[in-house]
Amino acid sequence: MYFWHKPEKPFAIMHKLWASTYKEMLLLIRDLGGIAILFIMPMLLLIVITLVQDSTFKTINDIKIPVLLVDNDKGEVSKNIIENLSESNSFEILQKSSEEEAKEAVFSGEYQLAIVIPENLSASLQKKVDQNVEGILSKFGLEEDSLTVAKVVIPQKEVRLYFDPATQVSFKSSVKNGIDKMISKIETQSIYKAFQTELGEDGAEPIFDTENFISFKEILPTKNNAEIIPNSAQHNVPAWTLFAIFFIIVPLSINLVKEKNQGTFVRLRTNPVNYATVLGGKTIVYLGVCLIQFTLMLLVGIYLFPAIGLPGVDVSGKLPMLYVVAFFSGLAAIGLGLLLGTITKTQEQSAPFGATLVVILAALGGVWVPVFVMPKFMQSISKISPMNWGLEAFYDVFLRNVGFAKILPEISLLLLFFLVTIKIAIIYNQKKNAV
Amino acid sequence: MIQINQLSKKYKGAEEYAVKNLNLKVEEGEIYGLLGPNGAGKTTLISMLTSLLKPTSGSFTINGLNFKEHKNQLKQLIGIVPQEYALYPTLTAFENLQYFGSMYGIKGETLRKSINEHLEIMGLSKFANKKTATFSGGMKRRVNLIAGILHQPKVLFLDEPTVGVDVQSKNVIIDHLKFLNKQGTTIVYTSHHLNEAEFFCTHVAIIDNGEIIVKGIPSELIKNQTGANNLEDVFLAQTGKALRDYA
Repeated sequence: MYFWHKPEKPFAIMHKLWASTYKEMLLLIRDLGGIAILFIMPMLLLIVITLVQDSTFKTINDIKIPVLLVDNDKGEVSKNIIENLSESNSFEILQKSSEEEAKEAVFSGEYQLAIVIPENLSASLQKKVDQNVEGILSKFGLEEDSLTVAKVVIPQKEVRLYFDPATQVSFKSSVKNGIDKMISKIETQSIYKAFQTELGEDGAEPIFDTENFISFKEILPTKNNAEIIPNSAQHNVPAWTLFAIFFIIVPLSINLVKEKNQGTFVRLRTNPVNYATVLGGKTIVYLGVCLIQFTLMLLVGIYLFPAIGLPGVDVSGKLPMLYVVAFFSGLAAIGLGLLLGTITKTQEQSAPFGATLVVILAALGGVWVPVFVMPKFMQSISKISPMNWGLEAFYDVFLRNVGFAKILPEISLLLLFFLVTIKIAIIYNQKKNAV
Repeated sequence: MIQINQLSKKYKGAEEYAVKNLNLKVEEGEIYGLLGPNGAGKTTLISMLTSLLKPTSGSFTINGLNFKEHKNQLKQLIGIVPQEYALYPTLTAFENLQYFGSMYGIKGETLRKSINEHLEIMGLSKFANKKTATFSGGMKRRVNLIAGILHQPKVLFLDEPTVGVDVQSKNVIIDHLKFLNKQGTTIVYTSHHLNEAEFFCTHVAIIDNGEIIVKGIPSELIKNQTGANNLEDVFLAQTGKALRDYA
């Protein structure tokens, strides 16, 4: 035992634990502003983040990004490009006559993207394709007069893309990939068409199938033979709920620092009560806060999201497991908060340190960037972030539809983290105040 | 009741000892005043006696027990009224006392009755359900005192219990402390109010620079100090008139 040379009777400890819990509850409910921040801000965060991220999860995107297009070609290819861009439903095409004008509008941040189609692109492509096709056919001896076509050098053409410098790399990559794919398709179709013409076939009855032969299909986890389709809510509710749960370390550490500053902690040190009991009262109350936070955020996901046009969260059959994960995540966060409050001396130390620590743990845990895209050494560090354990457990339940056994390692780690942090806090306090 | 042997305390980084080789004996039933200028070592001494500070060297026992071996028993035996208010400002007086009383293992009706009786004695009954944040300094001092005596300690340590309070509050506090002493509580207290100490304490020790300069019964100390008419004269004669500012 740390504080008692003669063990206290369990009933006496329970009485003190109850008194500590009741006191903490009173302190919390007397601070209405604090309660509002604890419960409203995480919900607000969840709503805002989900609204912002929703479009990236939608399969049919109803948001059109305005794109400037300068058509210097005015031929078959540019017509094709414009048609494809329009059909993609992702872009709203705004034609501009000058490249300079488009460039200026994009580089000033007015638009995110400008596409400049070079002069004579259609004609040059046609010439190049014809040249290649004739070359191939002559090798097979099918060309009637292979010497009649002089081999002229056709300069390469480039479609220029201008991006707003503030545009995110991921957006740039997806646009570049999309345009690359579209250009390849146009080139392929031109080649097929040229072959058809050279072979003297009727263009109205295509002999080549220009559609992709190889396709792909995403196979999703199923529940009751129905696919579980991930949406922004299914991803955001667990991630940001966990973020909010861990933010409890800020008010909790402040609570402990306040006890030190207002002298009540000094009095408690002279009272026959051990530090573990004092921390126990705080743990019970703040664990309740975490579970209420979690409930409110689930309610937002289930009821509010569909009402404001966002995809709702499906928790059917998952609630008990979700609460188990929330419970242990809450414990881990509380352990960290109590340790921080024990070590720090002022609110100026605990509040900014706690807030920054949560952001770091969230980043390491994969709340913002998935762990698998992190550098190797960061992936290793990520594995020791309690937020990563919590997030993986939430994803297991929400998206992977797994059983309790699968989340057992993660919740065990969360519990272990709580026990270790509490133990360190108690030992630190004991060493600091030893007599 | 309290036996202090060669007790010393030197803070980390400090050049001088805050308390140096201090020896003192406080008998059961005494009201012992620890007097001294600012920075003399009074609060340091009380903090060591109440387990808030670890002595650098030396030892002490209270009722024959020491903190190393009988921490729990000693904490139950003693009461402390710190210089700070040490109350939760958003809790009412009753809630504060209920919590601190519970930490001594008092519960239920016994606790409620004890709180109400003490609030009555201290003239705070009608403010029992008001948050202590709204209390005056004198009212907070009185609640602070109750929090230290709810469990009826055998030894009560008070660090400047009447500092910054009005005459009426001071009167109530001193009267109740006298009553507790008559009931058998040994009291050790620090104060800057020498007039108060002269009439309240059965014994006093004047401490300066961490050492006891003189100790005894107030009236005898006055008698033995040439030209002294009261305890303040003794105090000034023993500690000098130089200012004792420290930071």
